[in-house]
Amino acid sequence: MPVDLISANHAAALAATLAGRANRTARGFCSGVYPITPSTECMEYLCGQQIEKGKVVRADSEHNAMGICIGASASGARSFTTTCSNGLAYMVENCVAAAGYRLPIVMSVANRTMGPPWNIWTDHGDSLLMRDLGWLQLYSADNQEVFDTVLCAFKLAEDPRVMMPALTCMDGFILSHTTAQVEIPSQEQVDRFLPPTKIPHRLDKVAHTLGQIETPHQSVAHRLQHHQAMLQARQVYAEIQDSFAEIFGRRPADPLVGYRTEDAETLIVSMGTLGVTAERVVDQLREQGQAVGSVRVRMFRPMPDEELRRFFSGTKRIAVLDRDVSIGFGGVLWGEVRGFAEPATIVQNYMVGVAGGDVRPEHMLNLLAELEQRQESGAPQIVEVV
Amino acid sequence: MTNEPALNGMALTERDRSEPLLRAGNSNCGGCGMSSLLQMLRRAAADRELKLVVPACCAAVTGGIFPESAFSIPTIMSTFASAASVATGVASVAQLNGEPTRVICLAGDGGTYDIGMGTLSAAAERNEDILYICYDNEIYGNTGGQRSSATPAGAWTTSTPLGKQKTKKDILGIMAAHRIPYAASVSLAHIDDTLRKLQFALDARGFRFLHVLSPCPTGWKSEPAMGIELVRLAVRSGLFPVFEVFDGERYLINVEPEFSGEALMMYLSLQRRFRDSGVTEENLRPNIERYWNYLRLMSGRIVPARRDI
Repeated sequence: MPVDLISANHAAALAATLAGRANRTARGFCSGVYPITPSTECMEYLCGQQIEKGKVVRADSEHNAMGICIGASASGARSFTTTCSNGLAYMVENCVAAAGYRLPIVMSVANRTMGPPWNIWTDHGDSLLMRDLGWLQLYSADNQEVFDTVLCAFKLAEDPRVMMPALTCMDGFILSHTTAQVEIPSQEQVDRFLPPTKIPHRLDKVAHTLGQIETPHQSVAHRLQHHQAMLQARQVYAEIQDSFAEIFGRRPADPLVGYRTEDAETLIVSMGTLGVTAERVVDQLREQGQAVGSVRVRMFRPMPDEELRRFFSGTKRIAVLDRDVSIGFGGVLWGEVRGFAEPATIVQNYMVGVAGGDVRPEHMLNLLAELEQRQESGAPQIVEVV
Repeated sequence: MTNEPALNGMALTERDRSEPLLRAGNSNCGGCGMSSLLQMLRRAAADRELKLVVPACCAAVTGGIFPESAFSIPTIMSTFASAASVATGVASVAQLNGEPTRVICLAGDGGTYDIGMGTLSAAAERNEDILYICYDNEIYGNTGGQRSSATPAGAWTTSTPLGKQKTKKDILGIMAAHRIPYAASVSLAHIDDTLRKLQFALDARGFRFLHVLSPCPTGWKSEPAMGIELVRLAVRSGLFPVFEVFDGERYLINVEPEFSGEALMMYLSLQRRFRDSGVTEENLRPNIERYWNYLRLMSGRIVPARRDI
């Protein structure tokens, strides 16, 4: 397979382009886009592509970029957009709508700190804003994973058992602006992987109304359907991994990426590129004879709870590293995963690399040293890195 | 075709009766201008394939409760500010697939003049292939009647208990400034003109904008049966100019008003929303004159031509 040196922003846009072309025999591809640092290069790349039966609309805001994607997807087209940070916050109302209509729109987010104070560096607080809105959420740790995840996200979102929008996240600048080798499949391979988009409830000939008024018992039934479909996504993702491996010859990463966890007494749990640093730290500590492992949460929605329980089983200490702060609570990831640990396990939350702090192995080593001294879990800690 | 007394017997056809665009049993208030507009739209659209985008507004309620639909065409209810962007996606995909679908936004004045203004402006600037119809009842009707920037000076609303001080935003001026292929105001009391404009706007390509003064008995505190008559009074008095603008530059005045003081006085007195603010015919006259001077300048029609409509 040809290898290209591209940034993760370009990798996401290229994957969306290939996915868009793959729908040329069906309803085509239509996308609304709007720039924001550090996601801009993704939309710029998309605007430069020639997509057969495809159109990229240069919108006037993130809110309307998602509005255009909603109209396109409701008409049966494949649809993609990209944003982050305050752009995502501005878009959120229409993201809620996209989920409510159960439209399989895929969005790439180059995670960035929410402002003000204005700060363009990476922080997961923007995409975590979307935690409860009915979007699938996948976090990547390198450029190849970003590329593969966008392709998988289309297949996952469009699966009739799932049928809902998907967020594919990459750490802003750390991935979005870093050039690395990415294996690029042929259009023919992508065509085989992504069959034509079929949205059964799209606006067609039948005079039905999308997104209309409901009574409470109807809405709760729809919430239940949405919830159950989201839970199905774990199983569907496993099937997609198989199909991906068969067509592209490499297996996309699991929902949870475990690293040297077999006999680990201490686990580092993280998302995004923090997980790559964590694996380096694990190697270092293993050399010193410490039984440490890492679990990188790739699939945040749906939360892979059974696998988490399995990883956490028998673990003595868990450091949950959050690149976010839920102010007045602690780390969002910590809040999500601590319940899966056994009662005797010490689960300590470190919010580290918040607002773009550069987390290096020595920072993690310090945190783990602190964890080793602990007799019990303590309050979440916001850790400055310098 | 069976003529019935409604709208001088022009609006209802056999098709409208068997397959109305707005189905029987909908929840619109009696005398709602939007209901009349949808009857006219069905008649104008005939066999054209339509898709409807409705942002939050009265029509989103009209649509009915899941799984029923009061509209007989495929419809998507968008978020408040997003009608023109959602319609952009729908129209783009129709175009990519070579479909003759006419995509229509049906939005109230709040979703057009206020929260949806940026979206509307952007879709107009991109000249998307959309027919945008604003049914303007000059109030936030769904939420119980608050002022919008389409509310006229002197009108009582729940958020302007002493009557609104500011004058109404000039929506056609704004749309004409975008140099869109077609922008027009529509008087439901002038049905030939209404049908002609709807038909022209349905067939034209690019961004088309229709501004419909839509009587709202609930918000205007007026008699439901008087709605069309109120529109006629608004036109006769010069308060609601009926004109069209092609490509943002060619202005055509369609109905020459008589600038009747009596009509203006009746327009105000037949609606209780104007009762408490003290607004009078004399208060409104200078603004009407100023606007008509501007219209005459733009249209080149210095001497009024027809006074008989």
